[in-house]
Amino acid sequence: MLPKLPLDRWVEAFVDWMTDHLSGLFDWLSAVIEGIVSGFSFLFHLPPPLLFIVIAAAIAFFLGRWPIAAFTAIGFYLIYNMGLWAEMMDTLALVVSSAFISIVLGIPLGIACSRSKAVAGAVTPLLDFMQTMPAFVYLIPAVMFFGLGVVPGVIASVIFAIPPTIRLTHLGIRQVPAELTEAADAFGSTSGQRLFKVELPLAWPTVMAGVNQTIMLSLSMVVIASMIGAEGVGASVYRAVTQLKIGQGFEAGLAVVIVAIVLDRLTQRMMKTKRKRRD
Amino acid sequence: MREATKLFGPASDKAVKLLEAGWTKERLAKEKQIVVGVNRVSLEIEEGEIFVIMGLSGSGKSTLVRMLNRLIEPTSGDIRIRGKSIVGMDAHELRELRRKTISMVFQKFALLPHRTVRANVEFGLEIQGIPKSKRREQAERALRLVGLEGWADKMPDELSGGMQQRVGLARALANDPDILLMDEAFSALDPLIRRNMQDELLELQMKMKKTIVFITHDLDEALRIGDKIALMRDGAVVQVGTPEEIMIHPANEYVERFVEDVDLSKVLTAEHVMRRPETIAPDRGPRVALQLMRERGISNLFVVDRGQKLLGVISADDAAEAIAANKSVGDIAVTDVPRVRPDTLLHELFEICGTSKLPVAVVNDTDRLMGVIVRGAVLGALAGQIPRTEVKPGVAEAPA
Repeated sequence: MLPKLPLDRWVEAFVDWMTDHLSGLFDWLSAVIEGIVSGFSFLFHLPPPLLFIVIAAAIAFFLGRWPIAAFTAIGFYLIYNMGLWAEMMDTLALVVSSAFISIVLGIPLGIACSRSKAVAGAVTPLLDFMQTMPAFVYLIPAVMFFGLGVVPGVIASVIFAIPPTIRLTHLGIRQVPAELTEAADAFGSTSGQRLFKVELPLAWPTVMAGVNQTIMLSLSMVVIASMIGAEGVGASVYRAVTQLKIGQGFEAGLAVVIVAIVLDRLTQRMMKTKRKRRD
Repeated sequence: MREATKLFGPASDKAVKLLEAGWTKERLAKEKQIVVGVNRVSLEIEEGEIFVIMGLSGSGKSTLVRMLNRLIEPTSGDIRIRGKSIVGMDAHELRELRRKTISMVFQKFALLPHRTVRANVEFGLEIQGIPKSKRREQAERALRLVGLEGWADKMPDELSGGMQQRVGLARALANDPDILLMDEAFSALDPLIRRNMQDELLELQMKMKKTIVFITHDLDEALRIGDKIALMRDGAVVQVGTPEEIMIHPANEYVERFVEDVDLSKVLTAEHVMRRPETIAPDRGPRVALQLMRERGISNLFVVDRGQKLLGVISADDAAEAIAANKSVGDIAVTDVPRVRPDTLLHELFEICGTSKLPVAVVNDTDRLMGVIVRGAVLGALAGQIPRTEVKPGVAEAPA
């Protein structure tokens, strides 16, 4: 029998090396992410809860139809009523931040994949790895690199949630009919013009489906993120579960579900209206 | 374009040498995994003509046309437009070429579904950075040209296939290119619409005088619209010529097989089947006329003046009567002779031949007699016996 491959020690050595040598980079990253999260957090905490509910319902109404608006208003009021308002705003900031980072990184990466087979070949297995590796495994190194708090939570959410955006951007662009890209070329488009005038608009619904999935996945990470110190509804769930407070756990869980449904419906509407407006 | 070749496969540039050394397409495919797309094609396309490239699917015609704007890079060979080689152009020059000189119309229209008709037509102008008001104006003009004014704000999927392709055509015309590449542009349309579009293209071409390279697999279409036709097979051009040349003198068996199913009556014209007419001057007497008819073994004579202008026709019976009445040929000639032009298609001749007892005269626009249509010759032509186009004296037959 072959001796055991010392993969574990290699990884540990690698993580140690990163902690020692890349701390500057991590500090910088940490500051950036912290900035993004606190920006969103500030924004969400700014309006009083009732005003926030009205604004959210109004957005839902303009994007969609009144059932979504009604659900948003009632759901958010319920969260307020359950006394989970501040926690929900923290969670929202966490989710929106990781979705934001995922989109900013993921869409260009998806485009790069569609442009080059080599990039796609390198990125695809990495995405498989990110989606299937249990989150706890990279949670610990994330804490070592970034310390406890919201930042490693965002990092873990991004790692878990970014793949659909990349994959579906890639897919969406690849699915643009060849004769349309050919037509764009035949009229003398630069590759940038082809991307922005033909490929992205046509791929847009698919890209947005990826963004929608990304938001849902980062929401599903809030409980795990709370284990390493991220504040929010996730933390309430975690606390309630560890203290066997079934009722409180259910309330916090319900808050997550409400936020999930609202975000899901809103982003779904967004891909439809975006398409109409472009027409 | 000279010796333009496209090979697909590994190390295709080296394989050109093998092709030149006489390797067949099959051998290249088998031993080197190389597919010959276009095999050393040399063509000369004149300005202002509709040049049809015809061939079955897989014959390399679509590849060939894409080499003209380098959507597909030629592996070897040279392509010149007005003397300027496009093969050596850098990306910037190539983009300018595509923006200003060559536009393309696609088989499946290739309209952008997220843009209105107007925005589609403007596309080529938009990427050139032309200001909005100007490109709107140019787009309006292009839409008017194809008869789609008033549809500008519709979405492509609200239009029928024929109209969508008009939008495709308008988009290609909007930047007023010199060269129009049409890749099976009408093949996706149903036959009736296709026919309309062909007519409209011809009509447009009368006004525009663009150089049009038209790809098709449909011989009828090629014959209808082509000033010249190049027939392709296995990546090589088998024959180039006018529609008549290809029909009448197929270069080899392949072309012959290709053209055999064509309805000749829609290709051949009066000019191809007409015979030399027997004529007589109006001031001659009927005896002379009768004598002439007897000599030639015919029963009718055309009466023409000195300028060969057609005045009428006399028959042997009329001439016999005229002798008794002592009249001249001019007096007794029947003047309402059925007349056709040299470019009248054969299938239009059938009806005229069938309904008239008199011989059918072929005249030019100044009513000068050019020939006579003999029923036997029409049928002979359809049976594949094409008479020589030059009319020889002494072969005239009696018009039936």
